[in-house]
Amino acid sequence: MDMSQPIGSTPLDAKPDGLVGRGIDRIEGRLKVTGAAPYAYETRELKNPAYGMIVEAAIARGRIRAIDLTAARRAPGVIHVMTHENAPPQGKKKEQVGPVLKGPEIVHFGQPIAFVVAETFEQARAAAALVRVDYERAEGRFDLRAAMPAAIVPKQVASPPDSSLGDFEGAFAAAAVKLDVEYTTPVQTHAMMEPHATIAGWDGDRVTLYTANQMLNRGQVSLASVLDLPVENVRLVSRYIGGGFGAKLQPQADAVFAALASRVIGRPVKVALTRQQEFHGSTRRSDTIQRVRLGSDAEGRLSAIAHESWSDTTSGDDFYETSANVTRSLYAAPNRLTRHRLAHLDLPLSSAMRAPGEAVGQLAFECAMDELAERLGLDPIELRVRNEPSEDPEKKVPFSTRQLVPCMREGARLFGWEKRGAPGSIRDGQWLVGLGMSAAARLNPLQPSSASLRLERDGSLTVRMAMTDIGTGTYTILAQIAGEMMGVPVDRVRVELGDTLFPKAAGSGGSWGAASAGSALYVACDDLRRRLAEKAGLDPAAAAFADGRISGGGPSVALADLAGEGIEVTGEIKPGDLNKRFSQYSYGAHFAEVGVDIDTGEVRLRRMLGVFTGGRILNAKTARSQAIGGMIFGVGAALTEEVAIDGRFGTFVNHDLAEYHVPVHADIPAIDAVFLPELDDKANPLKSKGLGELGICGAGASIANAVHNATGIRIRDYPLTLDKVLRGLEERDGGAQLRRT
Amino acid sequence: MKAFRYERPASIEEAARLAADRPNARFIAGGTNLLDLMKLQVETPATLIDVNRLPLGRVEATPDGGLRIGALVRNADLAAHPRVRSEYAVLSKALLAGASGQLRNKATTAGNLLQRTRCYYFYDTTKPCNKREPGSGCAAIGGFNRIHAVLGASEACIATNPSDMNVAMRALDAVVETVAPDGAARQIPIADFHRLPGDTPQTETDLRPGELITAVTLPKPVKGVHLYRKVRDRASYAFAVVSVAAIIDKEGDKVGAARLAFGGLAHKPWRVEGAEAALVASGRADDAADAVLRGARGQGGNDFKIPLARRTLRAVVAEATRA
Repeated sequence: MDMSQPIGSTPLDAKPDGLVGRGIDRIEGRLKVTGAAPYAYETRELKNPAYGMIVEAAIARGRIRAIDLTAARRAPGVIHVMTHENAPPQGKKKEQVGPVLKGPEIVHFGQPIAFVVAETFEQARAAAALVRVDYERAEGRFDLRAAMPAAIVPKQVASPPDSSLGDFEGAFAAAAVKLDVEYTTPVQTHAMMEPHATIAGWDGDRVTLYTANQMLNRGQVSLASVLDLPVENVRLVSRYIGGGFGAKLQPQADAVFAALASRVIGRPVKVALTRQQEFHGSTRRSDTIQRVRLGSDAEGRLSAIAHESWSDTTSGDDFYETSANVTRSLYAAPNRLTRHRLAHLDLPLSSAMRAPGEAVGQLAFECAMDELAERLGLDPIELRVRNEPSEDPEKKVPFSTRQLVPCMREGARLFGWEKRGAPGSIRDGQWLVGLGMSAAARLNPLQPSSASLRLERDGSLTVRMAMTDIGTGTYTILAQIAGEMMGVPVDRVRVELGDTLFPKAAGSGGSWGAASAGSALYVACDDLRRRLAEKAGLDPAAAAFADGRISGGGPSVALADLAGEGIEVTGEIKPGDLNKRFSQYSYGAHFAEVGVDIDTGEVRLRRMLGVFTGGRILNAKTARSQAIGGMIFGVGAALTEEVAIDGRFGTFVNHDLAEYHVPVHADIPAIDAVFLPELDDKANPLKSKGLGELGICGAGASIANAVHNATGIRIRDYPLTLDKVLRGLEERDGGAQLRRT
Repeated sequence: MKAFRYERPASIEEAARLAADRPNARFIAGGTNLLDLMKLQVETPATLIDVNRLPLGRVEATPDGGLRIGALVRNADLAAHPRVRSEYAVLSKALLAGASGQLRNKATTAGNLLQRTRCYYFYDTTKPCNKREPGSGCAAIGGFNRIHAVLGASEACIATNPSDMNVAMRALDAVVETVAPDGAARQIPIADFHRLPGDTPQTETDLRPGELITAVTLPKPVKGVHLYRKVRDRASYAFAVVSVAAIIDKEGDKVGAARLAFGGLAHKPWRVEGAEAALVASGRADDAADAVLRGARGQGGNDFKIPLARRTLRAVVAEATRA
């Protein structure tokens, strides 16, 4: 099936209170909480693995003059030490996955420069510390602002880096009310619980990798390229994944090293990145500098919108933050301009992190809207309502669905938005209290996927696909889809994921996982329903599936009685042209209440609400978890998360979880997410939309706007740490003298 | 981590003797800091002497009405101890403001006294650090130094002591009890226990080689409102940017007596008795702050700590005198 036509009525529409949508517990939850679900590093299929440890460069730019391995090789238990001098030949870089240990050149701090393999983990780690390196140091570039003049127009990947419509400059110059502001966001790290980890083993010229990876078929192709193997000789297995957030979209050095070393020593090799190594040895979200210009008339109708963004990555790579992409479709204005520029720095590779583009873009843009609303004396919701477009303002096509205004209105009602006062006007003890809001929007993509579905002899179902569940609930929603379509309870549906031996699937990323994998399975179910109806001599259109039986007028038949030796079907979904004929996004609105300590500038979230639309909700519980998880990411982005760069060394200074501050439980009090009813018949046969990233989009901006509402202080440099708030409080208080106790 | 010898002595005397006999030996109790440092090879002891089974886990009353806390009393247990909660509330509050529940269950009183700095550069063995590698330099000076010291720092080191407990102990005038390898017992007032970095930032305490902490003694309770205000970057599980331990006793509307100790500002818990006198004399927090922050100097990234300490002190004094 491809999505070239809107979807008509489906069996899922027939039962609004059916299995799909119900907030059932994760079907693999018990395995996980009892420790019985093996993650990559814990799998036991490959026997007697040796342990690897990556050695990282201690400089950011320069060359290795010499490596002395004498001590490392002599250390207890050491089996092999790999460097650029003895690394096996490798194939070509594919996407962001390249050969390791290519040569003596160092292009960023923490670049892998050696791989030590030993009998135990402790021996490998101890020996890794004995690798002695003589470096020739060179000057590096680590500062995005300094590199702005040399920034380039990035290569077009999915979307053009620049866009324009009408005459932005002219309209902005003529606008009655103007805003021209710059926002900055820092480098961030994914900080998922499970680090990158792989166990690799060979059988002749075929390699199997048990690895923490979000997109197995993509990873299979890139690893085949780097390892110079036919794609079918590479098998990836990733059954359980402890979070990815984009860090595991592509295989990292752990996978390449494990495969290479295993081949050299003729024995499986396992390796995981240490938490510290995750910061430099994996990918990151780039820092950004963003300029937003808004021009409107006195009533707040926008005539001109410009959003420009600068980000950076390692030399030779093309990844950039698409910060302004969402701005192209969010609000109406006849004159528009977006621009992305990319600087090449001697820092680790930038890549996707939860809602690449939107997450940082809306941190800037949704605050700029708040600033404009204040300048106009308008409620921020009203400003957005006045600029609600009737069609996609740049693509000039209709929206498939768009309920941004209902989300804002319902959120305002539920949250008590009317209690919001003038900036700095509400006090509760030591706290200055403020409310803020933001819109949320995230592109809704569909990716090609396939699924096999087998009706077993006993009437149970088995679903197989090379899909992954990165903690989102994919196992569960697939069981719900198959169960409801086939009239079988969830505990009679076996879902097997995470293996490239299974039919190709999109994997988890870009908010497309549930829609793509779920739709492939839907198509397979549709096919199986037809076949079973025909077998039962029923009209497929009239056949009903319930309680493990098929019926249609006459007596019902048990599925088991029709199964014979088992019936297997495959379903496939592909995007069609509906995503070009319609503008497809998930939408929402965030509402945050913060307290700002009047003495210390500490910002604490008091409550937060997200109201979203994401088409059909497949599981109320896992959907809510995705939404609030994204919102919590937004809390971190707004208040605490920053990878600090030491500009002298090109090092990420706070490279551990003690000093890179993600929100902890105490930072997240009352938080909730609700979904408005919606079905999107242009999106996919499930009529659902992606939710994995919607929650983060705009979330941080609602908090920054609440901080402004609490204090009257506008901070345009994320995160809003207490030192930045304090500066504003000190200025407001007119220095230390005025408020003597 | 480097391979190390592991010893588990049965008595205090044996522990101290082992420490004297074995070069480069370290005691280990909770290990919540030491093990992390060993994994990174910031610490590379040749021998670990596990003191967990020594009889040092009791909290008992002293004859003069104080409290003697065994070296191995866990932070969680100490914070929950009824007398600590009621009579030494500043200590209970400081302990509960630190780390996480899991860490407090493991971390010990003596270990907390010896907790090492969180300076990023101390943890990064690719960077110079006089504390880790004497004579190599200080990367924090001129670097990212948001969490560093504004008082008592030196050209060699601008690290801070990260402990919350230590700040409360300083306000309470705790005394550290030790046993030397030769069996000699010693009592070290908390004021002398931690050192400023000077030219030897690698030496953080007054402890001599092989000397084992056996207990911490608190004098009899100090009357007044006990407060511990920890300013931090998130609501829990973050080290103090600035903290204030305060015991303030009101006489009518005035401050009758005060004890004020500060965390996050220096290489040791910072207490200036002149500041306490100033607060009693004028009743104004800013007079105390002037005395505390005399000579304070920022390093760029941490300049904000100077106004922050002043403002936090104002808030604490206001809260104590309002109560």
